[in-house]
Amino acid sequence: MVEFNGVGLRYGPDAEILSDISFNLQPGSFYFLTGASGAGKTSLLKMLYLAQRPSRGIVRLFGEDLVSMPRHRLPGFRRRIGVVFQDFRLLPHLTARDNIALPLRIAGVSEEDLAGPVGEMLGWIGLGDRADAHPATLSGGEQQRVAIARAVIARPQLLVADEPTGNVDPDMAMRLLGLFEALNRLGTTVVVATHDIHLISRIENAQMMRLEKGRLSDPTGALRYPPNRA
Amino acid sequence: MIIPRVPAQHRRLLPDRRLSGPTPWVIAILMLLTLLAAAAGVGLARSAHAIGNAIAGRVTVQIVTANPVVRAEQALALRRAAAAQPFVREARSVEQAELKATLGQWFGSSEGDDPVLASLPLPALVDIDFIGGDRAGHMSQLRALVAREAPGARIIPHAEWLGPVARLIRSLAWVAGGLVLLMTLASAAVVIMTARAALGTHYATIEMLHLIGATDQQIARLFQRRIAIDTAYGIALGATVAAAILLLIGWQWSGVTSGLAATASLGAAGWALLLALPLLAIALAALTARQTLLAALKKIL
Repeated sequence: MVEFNGVGLRYGPDAEILSDISFNLQPGSFYFLTGASGAGKTSLLKMLYLAQRPSRGIVRLFGEDLVSMPRHRLPGFRRRIGVVFQDFRLLPHLTARDNIALPLRIAGVSEEDLAGPVGEMLGWIGLGDRADAHPATLSGGEQQRVAIARAVIARPQLLVADEPTGNVDPDMAMRLLGLFEALNRLGTTVVVATHDIHLISRIENAQMMRLEKGRLSDPTGALRYPPNRA
Repeated sequence: MIIPRVPAQHRRLLPDRRLSGPTPWVIAILMLLTLLAAAAGVGLARSAHAIGNAIAGRVTVQIVTANPVVRAEQALALRRAAAAQPFVREARSVEQAELKATLGQWFGSSEGDDPVLASLPLPALVDIDFIGGDRAGHMSQLRALVAREAPGARIIPHAEWLGPVARLIRSLAWVAGGLVLLMTLASAAVVIMTARAALGTHYATIEMLHLIGATDQQIARLFQRRIAIDTAYGIALGATVAAAILLLIGWQWSGVTSGLAATASLGAAGWALLLALPLLAIALAALTARQTLLAALKKIL
């Protein structure tokens, strides 16, 4: 599903902030990405959700080389990826309902067809009665739930989440993690960057990716050469 | 399609801040000036054309023989002889009464009955219109004819004294055309700046839309529609004020019946051009906005 091989990333003339990153993400797997602040987690995720091209190395996504891929083909790939941003990035002038519906609208789903899934998702994240509220009137936790609902509404093949439970209470964190797990069981590959050690222990068979000073720690080589899943 | 169709739900992806910025007002002012300059250009061009046509093949023969009886006979003979020439369309003697009436305006008498004027020996004038464009050949033949019928008479080609005026009017028409072009470029520059400013203002929205899979065309259409509508408001406002001014000037102009001023009018083609200009401006704005937006979006991954 995702292959990084010898990937390096630098911004401008500075030293690389990510070096020699190599791993393979298997379809339907669940990964936690950990590392100290400034280790490069967000930069790695940016390359995963196609907001950044690497400075060197090979990145293959859904079997295609993304380094040399022309720009006009990127939107098609982005529609297969759901992203939960650390800072939510909800559009402030849209209601919670419209923010959640955004990926479906962009993909051309009719208003008739998206009303059901969006309503269902609003109910599931517990914001059914706040569907018409704008982000500024929602609490941090509510905004985060809307951001997560937006990321998963289109049933992406790859879900990338940057600290997705940072602003919600433990109960909601577990519920959201349950949603990620459910999506994972349906075949979605999930990558969650987090500091929350309790979250990591909750998912069985999840694999750990640890970044240290811009390098991926893979002492057993399991990330680079994963065992075949039967 | 000048203003692209965007589904109602997609229009909400941009905050609704129509007419809040200066763009519609700047465009309105530019449109007003453009239409006034275009109207002036069309009017002057038509005036220059009318004058050019009128003077191109016309001469006046001035007979200044001292004896008034001989002068009148020479004028008559010349008119008859000229009218019989194949290169002459029309030969007409200018009546003394007409001449006196014209000169009378300078003597303070509209009737031409001023005693000083009555005592002046006025020349006999014969207006001759040529056929065809061989002006040099016709002049040569006319000189021979005049030498035979009215020796000593002077031939005055109208182009000699009205030509510079026609050229000046034509130059002014070109200046007006240049102003139209410059203001069109200024309008396009305003649209480009507006498009860039809009991209800057809504960068976070654009980035978000990109990341969830929106294409450049989808995003550009949103902005293009908004800019085209804002511009259309400005153009409509500018065009309305310009139309009011032009109609007022036209109404006042209709009272002017004498001299060169009477030759200036817009004509059906001129009005058609003025009506087409606002539509062309909206199309230009939409196209400029689209190209600017697509070029800017290409710089974002």
